[in-house]
Amino acid sequence: MSQQTNRRDRDGDAVATHHTMEIAVALLFAAVAAVVMYDSDRVGNGWAGDGPEAGYFPFYVGLIMFVSSGAILFSNLLGRTRNTTAFVERGQFMLVLKVLIPTIAFVGLIWVLGIYLAAPVFIAFFMSWLGRYPIARILPVAILIPLALFVMFEIWFLVPLPKGPVEAMLGY
Amino acid sequence: MEALMNLMHGFGVLADPMNIVYMFVGITLGVLIGVLPGLGGANGVAILLPLTFSMSPTSAIIMLSCIYWGALFGGAITSVLFNIPGEPWSVATTFDGHPMAQQGRAGEALTAAFTSSFFGAFLAVILITFLAPVIAGFALRFGPAEFFAVQLLTFCSFVGMGKESPFKVLTAMMLGFALAAVGLDTVTGQLRMTFGTVELLRGFDFLIAVIGLFGIGEILLTMEEGLAFKGKSARINPAVVLQTWKQLPKYWVTALRGSIVGCWMGITPGGATPASFMSYGLAKRFSRNGAKFGTGEIEGVVAPETAAHAAGTSALLPMLTLGIPGSPTAAVLLGGLLIWGLQPGPLLFVEQKEFVWGLIASMYLGNVVGLIVVLTTVPLFASILRIPFSIIAPIIIVICAVGAYTVHNAFMDIAVMLVFGVLGYVFKKLSYPLAPLVLALVLGDMAESSFRQAMLLSQGDLAIFWSNPLVGSIVTLALAMLFWPVISLAIARLRQRQGTGTAASLK
Repeated sequence: MSQQTNRRDRDGDAVATHHTMEIAVALLFAAVAAVVMYDSDRVGNGWAGDGPEAGYFPFYVGLIMFVSSGAILFSNLLGRTRNTTAFVERGQFMLVLKVLIPTIAFVGLIWVLGIYLAAPVFIAFFMSWLGRYPIARILPVAILIPLALFVMFEIWFLVPLPKGPVEAMLGY
Repeated sequence: MEALMNLMHGFGVLADPMNIVYMFVGITLGVLIGVLPGLGGANGVAILLPLTFSMSPTSAIIMLSCIYWGALFGGAITSVLFNIPGEPWSVATTFDGHPMAQQGRAGEALTAAFTSSFFGAFLAVILITFLAPVIAGFALRFGPAEFFAVQLLTFCSFVGMGKESPFKVLTAMMLGFALAAVGLDTVTGQLRMTFGTVELLRGFDFLIAVIGLFGIGEILLTMEEGLAFKGKSARINPAVVLQTWKQLPKYWVTALRGSIVGCWMGITPGGATPASFMSYGLAKRFSRNGAKFGTGEIEGVVAPETAAHAAGTSALLPMLTLGIPGSPTAAVLLGGLLIWGLQPGPLLFVEQKEFVWGLIASMYLGNVVGLIVVLTTVPLFASILRIPFSIIAPIIIVICAVGAYTVHNAFMDIAVMLVFGVLGYVFKKLSYPLAPLVLALVLGDMAESSFRQAMLLSQGDLAIFWSNPLVGSIVTLALAMLFWPVISLAIARLRQRQGTGTAASLK
């Protein structure tokens, strides 16, 4: 890892421009709206003998979403001034990914190991990878936080958190 | 007079010492949430909501609302010391608060901020005490059409008053409604938009969305900036506090004006952020020192803080009386009420008197407790802010994951939270507003059911929304709000044309 981990890397290289992202998000919304309208039509968007059908309200929700995302799309496609500034620069994007990818892995780990093992692994990894901390500073944080969570949730408030095979072995 | 009697009764509810303990715990947690980057009032309350399931509703709402007051106070600490507004409504506080800290007057700025927050909140609570029962009594006569009209007004004001593109407001809002519709339709029992999956049967819980949008999304945004805190140290001692308090009465006009602006913007869902800016702007315009604003004027701290707190507090008025939250955090509190089986709205004042008045009484006491807690613990919280981001960030992500899981004890929700996190990041960058999305997700079911009931009454005739002067005027006002961007554009064009017309005739 280079030293720029905690500093913004201003290389000015755009991963995507605002213009492209506006269009992509508007298209995504239009697609969601189409799904909403399609499913509302499936369950019925009209008037049954005993009142409005299940899709009556959501259908119009989908319709408004479709029209307004269409308006955003067209204003971006036909607008005279294009916002070609960077939506995210390459350096920024890498920093975001550096948080996002470990977080996705953390969520996967919770599923396999339970939160009490996944959390220390995640905190330790994050601190050593992005913060470059020595092990002597990592260990207390990575152990005390999950322990505090355990005491607070399982013992004080009796709220169960996701557990894995190790906790099962220990009888929890 | 009756309100005062009820209020005394409310203070009786608070006499349980545990409630006072919850109050202190809530305020402290709230300030912590307000101070930590990536944790705000809305998702802080959302994360901690499951912890309160085992408490009585009164104790739970006392603790949660105190978290809310604490978060409102906490935002000022980061603004003044670090020039980082912990909450959007503290942005205006940075204008004069941070220059004061740079001049070594951090203690003075913080004392002014906390005291004026307290003042704003206090006036708003007095307003709630006397106005809420009147509004609730009035709303008892509401039918489904009137309720839908009020909800429509809430949503349309986002379009009319938002600074984002009206189409983006509409799109985000409709996404909220669509997500709220997923799952079992309670009227017909049909499954909507579940596409055969069991996980979608539960629908999308707004708490998960809030934690993702405001928590994970914020972490990603903060990370992008490669955040490094550079703060001013804070020393608050009784001498500084007393000295500042001696100065503050001079600014009573600013404080009063800020509170009025805040109360107005809180009740109409303008929210605390525009209220704080508006109050700052008005103070700058009318103050004798207006020209010096931005260089470290104490008045520039008083104005936005009174307004933000008055707005944050009075946002609970429509929530309690009509079931319409005035801010995202109020929306989360409303979700809490629904989870405890309490139906917010006018009937709450009749059926759950003890709960409502206990809550209102706790607002008085909570703000006093809040002022004491923040004035005594500022150095502690300021030192928390110096913990590097690479330690705080994973801890906040773990807390968010725990919060998302505990809502339904479902693993799937953690993954959904992550998706909302990415959405929050993209939305914020493309300025799609998050507040209407969250409010639509919370109110979606209620709005739909009042709409359907109204339609049932009229057999599908939309004329029911103009069937009496009350509902008619609310709906008309709502439509005016909805089309306000178009109307204001038309007015501007007309003026321009008249301007050029007169110019031409003068030639």
